[in-house]
Amino acid sequence: LRKNVEDFTGPRGRSDLGFVTFDVTADILKRRHGIFDWNVKQLFLYLSAEYSTKNNALNQVVLWDKIMLRGDNPRLFLKDMKSKYFFFDDGNGLKGNRNITLTLSWNVVPNAGILPLVTGSGHVSVPFPDIYETTKSY
Amino acid sequence: GRCRGVPAMDLFGDLRRMNKRQLYYQVLNFAMIVSSALMIWKGLIVITGSESPIVVVLSGSMEPAFHRGDLLFLTNFHDDPIRAGEIVVFKVEGRDIPIVHRVIKIHEKENGNIKFLTKGDNNEVDDRGLYKEGQNWLEKKDVVGRARGFLPYVGMVTIIMNDYPKFKYALLAVMGAYVLLKRES
Repeated sequence: LRKNVEDFTGPRGRSDLGFVTFDVTADILKRRHGIFDWNVKQLFLYLSAEYSTKNNALNQVVLWDKIMLRGDNPRLFLKDMKSKYFFFDDGNGLKGNRNITLTLSWNVVPNAGILPLVTGSGHVSVPFPDIYETTKSY
Repeated sequence: GRCRGVPAMDLFGDLRRMNKRQLYYQVLNFAMIVSSALMIWKGLIVITGSESPIVVVLSGSMEPAFHRGDLLFLTNFHDDPIRAGEIVVFKVEGRDIPIVHRVIKIHEKENGNIKFLTKGDNNEVDDRGLYKEGQNWLEKKDVVGRARGFLPYVGMVTIIMNDYPKFKYALLAVMGAYVLLKRES
């Protein structure tokens, strides 16, 4: 699982807004029988950013998600994706934050039964720059 | 006594002939069944920690994962942390209807105080429009439980009973008649 990111923060009044673009390469079928067995209806994949700030000990923000139905191509090869959702912090904790961890996780939705949440192995640490970016548009 | 099914005319004859003692016996049997069901339900509430351990999905806002009529099994353990990606069932203050959506943002303080935002998978926007006037975040106290397991379609019965009360009364009447008239051989 590989991710490359480019990011910057923009001044948005009271809270920091982060902009992240990323590539995701993932092969959900790594294991022998794959994760899509007879009782798996779909996977809900999501990319979340986890970080700490002065204001809050733990923050998690879902940046992007995708529903993968049984039968869909199990290989993800996304390039230059923009985050689907606004990456607002609760305060100004993104500026200069050196340690934002991006992780790909998924919720297995069975045809019937337990709903497990799985975190993918492989995560990427991303630093945000110290200054606000005002020239780039999104 | 007879153990096989009897034709309808005979049933009414039976009712008249059943003496008081038999009737009380049947009523007690019925009451026991109802009490056992209630005890199981209360037991579930205790075990799962949720005030409503089984809920029926009412809307299509979590499709294609859950559809209207699906049954969800919840737990609400106090020490379970709320994390992004989890499916939670919550109630907006002042409203009765629980909502089943996914957590997409959390901000948690060192002391464990957490505020989070939810969104239905099938909705374009997050749930802020559903929260109370001026409310931007949900808190632990709003959570009814976390979705741990699910069964499709089974909850449809509850929806039909809610939408068509006549069906509910008919069902109760049939069940009551069955239990009262059923005789042990």
